[in-house]
Order: sequence, then structure tokens, then C-alpha cells
Amino acid sequence: MERAIRVLVAKPGLDGHDRGAKVIARALRDAGMEVVYTGLQQTPQMIVEAALQEDVDVIGLSILSGAHMTLLPKVVRLLHEQGMDDVLVIAGGIISDDDARVLKEQHGIAAVYGPGTSTQDIVRFIRENVGQRAP
Amino acid sequence: MSLADDLVAGNRRALARAITLVETGGAPARELVRAVYPHTGHAHVVGVTGAPGAGKSTLVSAMAAEWRERNRTVGIIAVDPSSPFSGGAVLGDRIRMQSHGGDAGVFIRSMASRGRLGGIARATGDATLLLDAAGFAVVIVETVGTGQADVDVASAADTTVVLDVPGMGDDVQAIKAGILEVADIFVVNKADRPGAEAAVKQLRAMLQLGEKPVDGWTPPVLQAVAMRAEGVVAAVDAVERHYRHGRDTGSHTKRHHARAAAELREALQELALEHAREQAAGAMWEALVGRIAERTLDPYSAAAELLSRQ
Repeated sequence: MERAIRVLVAKPGLDGHDRGAKVIARALRDAGMEVVYTGLQQTPQMIVEAALQEDVDVIGLSILSGAHMTLLPKVVRLLHEQGMDDVLVIAGGIISDDDARVLKEQHGIAAVYGPGTSTQDIVRFIRENVGQRAP
Repeated sequence: MSLADDLVAGNRRALARAITLVETGGAPARELVRAVYPHTGHAHVVGVTGAPGAGKSTLVSAMAAEWRERNRTVGIIAVDPSSPFSGGAVLGDRIRMQSHGGDAGVFIRSMASRGRLGGIARATGDATLLLDAAGFAVVIVETVGTGQADVDVASAADTTVVLDVPGMGDDVQAIKAGILEVADIFVVNKADRPGAEAAVKQLRAMLQLGEKPVDGWTPPVLQAVAMRAEGVVAAVDAVERHYRHGRDTGSHTKRHHARAAAELREALQELALEHAREQAAGAMWEALVGRIAERTLDPYSAAAELLSRQ
């Protein structure tokens, strides 16, 4: 049986706005993916532990608080410590172009999406970039 | 070291990978189950079922916390429905289970039902074996909230907890066959709401209508407010009492036999189907399907023909 792509959708940090995360979760579900949704106020440690237990292929981080330059690199660092470098990490939220460039070039975030992004673009990006690891 | 060795040794990443493997199924999954099977049979498997929104995830999380207080490790499998259209799923049970973050004595895995009836995902049984082999003392299986027909859980669990909430219907609902018959323990959750006493009374009345249970266990009807962790100690006490009762009266052994028979049936179905698909690779399968659709062949003859091939 073919394995569904598993995605963790999480909101690091303290902002309480999860509509974007829910829209993404729904769109990925409709694209046939299995989405583990963990809800609000996740620490990087909680996110990485959940990703480990759920054995996900992708982590989608939604962040609107402005703390992305602290929290997102920390998630990637913790994944690396667990040997989980094959997990694709993408982010969405209010993130400036400059910050997005730094996150992508220096901190292992594969893609950064702002308001107005088509969910189909995100689905396509995940399908094209998800790790082709052995089951 | 193999994946099986790693997970038996308690490596959480290996356990997570292994669950993915049994979800995918096929020969590698069977090889893994074969390797870990001698290490299984130690966990107390607890099924938790009930209608959507009854508070299953919240109760499971609170019960897990209580077992941690009692120094027991807990593995949780939380099943949510797959979309019948896309095959995708949103698995949201972890939202109610946040408090166990950072506790190595708890392992939570969300699974999609992948279209299987009865509320138990196809690979839930195998995943239960893996958590058992990894040494978790209690394994809780939370089913999707499918309601009346959701009875698979009883064959997979040592103890089945059925959640009810006030206002779910009259006493005729309570004597309908199905989910209520599989309960070893009833918990009326959200018991701070109006109608809780009535729900308890209806369940007790329903139990009194039946025959005296052969194994001498009458399901207790408890009340809880899982959100505030009220009634959770009593629920865990009841689950442990049921476990001891099963062990002392031998009904446990009977259940394990029933489960073994179910496992054998499942394995036979899977292997037979796989064998048949191999025999009828590609065009031949389609040709057979076509003949059945045209009514020139019946499905039983086609299946017998495929199974008899070597």
C-alpha cells in the first residue's frame, strides 16, 4: 500500500491566530495527506518530539508573532540533534522577505509563505520536495 | 541492530519508524511483527470509544497522567477518520494531549482510519504490538468516534471503556445492540452538565435488563469531567480492577484466545489477497473483473481459481 505523506502542522510561539494553520491543514488533507495538527503555543521541543513520535515527512510552522527568527531555527537545530535532517520544514505567516531569505539560506527552512499564498502552491512544493526515504 | 532490536531496546525513533512500517503494510511489516512478537503480551491494552465530541482524547490524556502518577508508562494510539474522497486526514487528538510533552514515559501516535469500518485503523493492532514490545505498561487505543457500530475495539483490548455524555438519547438508544454491549466500563463524561444523572440511570437500567454476565463482571457506570480531571482516578481504578478480575477469573485468557483467532483471520485474509493479486498480475486481474461484470464468471469461482494457483 502506498504511504500517505504525513505532515505536522504546528504553531510555535504565543500568538493565538490559528486560522491560517487550519486552512493549510484542510488543504493538505484534501490533497490526500495525513495532517497531525497540534494546536497553539508549541515550544520547539514539543514540536520536534511530536514530529519524532508521529514520524512525519514534513513540518509546517505557522507563526504570526514576529518571533520567527528565534523559534524556527531552533526547531531545525533540534531536528538535527535527533538525526531528523530528512524532515522538510516549511513556514508560513508574517515574515519579511529579508527574514525569509535568511531562514532559507542559513537556517534550513525549505520555503516561507506569506499571506495570499495559494494552498495549491504549497501542496505542489511538498509533493516535489518531500524526502524520498525508504519506508 | 535491526529496527526491531532498536525498538525493543526503547529507541523512540525506531518505534516511530516501525509504526509507519506497519501502517504501510506488506512483507517488511510482517517481518517486523514476526521479530517483535515474542516480546509482546505484557501490556495492558485499554480501548476507549464513544461518540465524536464525547471527550475521548481529553479523558485518555487525563488517564495517562494518572497512570504516570502510578509510575506506569503509557503508549497511546489515537485514531481519527480518513476522508473517503481524498484519503487524507486531519489528526487532531494531540491538541488535547499537550501535557505529556517532555515525558519519556508517554508515547503518542496519531493514526488515520484509512477507510476501515469499526473505527480501528487497519494497522492499529500491529501498532499496539509494537508499543507493547517497546515496553509500555499500558497501551491506550482511542478509536474514531463512529458510534453504534464501533465494536472492533473490544476484540483488540483487554479492557474497553465506553464514553457517554448527557443528552445522547433515551433508554431505547441504550438497549440497542453494538457499542454499549462491548463496554467493560462506562464513563459518563461532562457530568457537570444537566442530564448526567439520567444518563447514568439509563445505562444502569440497561445493564439490569440483560443476563447476568458469564464472567461475573458487571460494568460499572462512572461519572467524570475529564477537562478538570474529575473522576479520572476512579476510572483508572476501575480499569485496573477489571484487569485483575480478568486475570483472576480466566476471562482474560478467553479474550486473548479470541484476539489470537482474529489476528489469524486477518493475517489469512491479507496473505490470501496478496497471493491472489500476485497470481493475477496486471491485465489478468482486469480481465477477470470484466468477466464478472459481464456475468460470464461469478466472483467465487474467480477467487477459487486464483487461490488454487501456485
